[in-house]
Amino acid sequence: MALRKALTPLLHWFRTRFGHVPVGAWLLGAAVAAFLERLLGPDLAYLLGLGSVPAIFGLSIILKTPSLIPSVLVFVVLMYVIPTLVVAWLSRALFLWWEEQLSVPVYVFLHVLFLFLVLYFWSQVDPYRLLVLRLLGINILLTLSLNLVNGWMGEFSVSVAGFMSVGAYVSSVFMVWGFVHDDVFGPPVFPEFLAPFAFPLALILAGAVTAVTALLVAVPSFRTRGDYLAIITLAYVFIVKSTVENLDFIGGPRGFMNQPEVASFTVVFIWTVLGIWVMWNYVTSILGKATNAVRDNESAAEMMTVDTRKVKIVAFLTHAFWSGVAGGLYAHVLGYINPSSFDLRKSAEILGMLYLGGLNSVSGSIVGPVLFMFLTEILRPFQLAKWLVIPVILIYAMIRRPRGLMGFQELRIPFLTRRQQAKEEARAYGVTGN
Amino acid sequence: MALLEIRNMTHWFGGLRAVYNFNTRIEPGEIRGLIGPNGAGKTTVFNLVTGFYTPTEGQIFFLGREITGLRPHQIGRLGISRTFQNLRLWTHLTALDNVKIAYYSQIRYGLIGAFFNTRARREEEERIDHEARQLMRMLDIDQYAHRVVSGLPYGIQRKVEIARALATKPKLLLLDEPTAGMGPAEMEETMAFIRRIRDQFNLTIWLIEHKMKFVMGLCGWIQVLNFGEIIAEGPPEEIQRNPEVIRAYLGEMVEL
Ligand SMILES: Nc1ncnc2c1ncn2[C@@H]1O[C@H](COP(=O)(O)OP(=O)(O)O)[C@@H](O)[C@H]1O
Ligand SMILES: [Mg+2]
Repeated sequence: MALRKALTPLLHWFRTRFGHVPVGAWLLGAAVAAFLERLLGPDLAYLLGLGSVPAIFGLSIILKTPSLIPSVLVFVVLMYVIPTLVVAWLSRALFLWWEEQLSVPVYVFLHVLFLFLVLYFWSQVDPYRLLVLRLLGINILLTLSLNLVNGWMGEFSVSVAGFMSVGAYVSSVFMVWGFVHDDVFGPPVFPEFLAPFAFPLALILAGAVTAVTALLVAVPSFRTRGDYLAIITLAYVFIVKSTVENLDFIGGPRGFMNQPEVASFTVVFIWTVLGIWVMWNYVTSILGKATNAVRDNESAAEMMTVDTRKVKIVAFLTHAFWSGVAGGLYAHVLGYINPSSFDLRKSAEILGMLYLGGLNSVSGSIVGPVLFMFLTEILRPFQLAKWLVIPVILIYAMIRRPRGLMGFQELRIPFLTRRQQAKEEARAYGVTGN
Repeated sequence: MALLEIRNMTHWFGGLRAVYNFNTRIEPGEIRGLIGPNGAGKTTVFNLVTGFYTPTEGQIFFLGREITGLRPHQIGRLGISRTFQNLRLWTHLTALDNVKIAYYSQIRYGLIGAFFNTRARREEEERIDHEARQLMRMLDIDQYAHRVVSGLPYGIQRKVEIARALATKPKLLLLDEPTAGMGPAEMEETMAFIRRIRDQFNLTIWLIEHKMKFVMGLCGWIQVLNFGEIIAEGPPEEIQRNPEVIRAYLGEMVEL
């Protein structure tokens, strides 16, 4: 309470000063801050006695060695807060002008570009950050695609780890067979410099094969509703795991490695954005919204000409496809996989992210993994305590917001909301706005 | 040619004979009534016609084509739509989305269009949006377009359900107890409303009613169902005087 009272004037000052700064300006500010950190961060950290640049805003340092709090605060204020505020403030007019001048897709693209720069610079400082950010992108794809089935369609699937596994192995075999000198698969079939260009193909292949295996689950499951899907997807995870364990040419239980290094941050970022874009498009289309109709009342959906069986299969296969793609990325980010990387714990982790972020929400499927990973990473030094703290936080979140943080709603981005309103007014008066 | 023809339709739920030897012909433009006491099998008849169940025996023809055994979405596409006795709206969605989704089978842009937001998709969705709003305006519910349906008053929800059914562009509209839960004033209004949409959308309407007074003013021809069998049929005045009908309704005389 006291803390809140102390912060109120500060918040008020912040809101009056910075309330109207557009999102894009914040992103540009953060990009500049991240760039500066890359240039000056190590020296500043040394001067402040921090040793190296605090990996995630110094939060885990604070928890481990509270005596370093002042240094971390100084670092964060100098390195992040001041540059971001200054640049955001100075560039606000530019973005407001762009908002008027540019079409929505171009303006959105600009935001994605700045977001990329923020994360790119930030990840360059520290290989640990680089790894965490790539895993975050992968987790977002997994969570969002799972949300199609568990959120939009209202079924309960736990097969996400199994899908990842299929995607990871298919893409790994393809890439190692094609582009790596390997003990089992022999010399590369294609010139090695082609590997980065073939990687998208490997991922699409991974997604497609995963979707085909998912079809075997989907066809019997979607004749009925209820717990059937939960049970059969559970079985799927076990079947995939023991199949892989018994396939010697891909290493069996020992695992599979030697994946070429083709999953850079940029590559993962592009696939994540692509996945979000495609799934966003789907759930905002009438064909996609029919998935909600199936969830809310299936027989009414059937009567209103919706081919409910097809709708269900499309949602499930889209989940499988993108989880397969995410699995392929995962394998190449880590450069090593084994069957136990994809057991039920993996599914449980993704389910945790999903329910934390919220069902039936694209923003929730981004917020969930971000928060979840943020928590697990700052608590990483406290190995065991981590597994006490995280469930407690999850339970608390579930009690306070039973639908998850963003359940059944989307984050409002001010400039998009403004455009939407203008369009809506035009429509309400019977003018077909474009 | 009759719009809808049902021949010797019988349906068993396990050991329960819900509908027995049901026959009818419905001509284009009619407002047809199906009445009978609770549990007589009226809703089951609608469920059979719309493909939710396949009749144990008998055949159903729509526009001369046999539709027995088709799935509901196929029957919906051919031009039969309906409302449900207990509202079956998609409760998490807005009224507008409820109506728009019913355009499902008219969508041409396909999955590629949906996933990649192609120009074809944008244009088609814009057109459907426009059409759905127009439809809602005709039923005086356009001001609720962006409200989530579960929060709307009951009467409005009923109209949204009818708007949704109309969005599939039906030739035959089945209404299952459209006045359930209504007072006398609202019932009058609903009668006028049903006539209006029949004329405006060139519909044929087949409605189930529990309250006889309502069908009397609306339908030209009425069939009375009791224990799954048609016990009487004819114009309203005749039905009202029919002793067998009165006997069937005896337990529920108050409603008559
Ligand atoms: N799905 C079903 N399974 C078993 N019995 C049913 C089913 N649907 C309806 N019935 C039974 O069939 C009879 C007719 O029901 P219904 O058609 O709903 O009557 P009405 O609409 O005339 O009130 C009732 O005895 C009801 O219990
Ligand atoms: Mg009934």
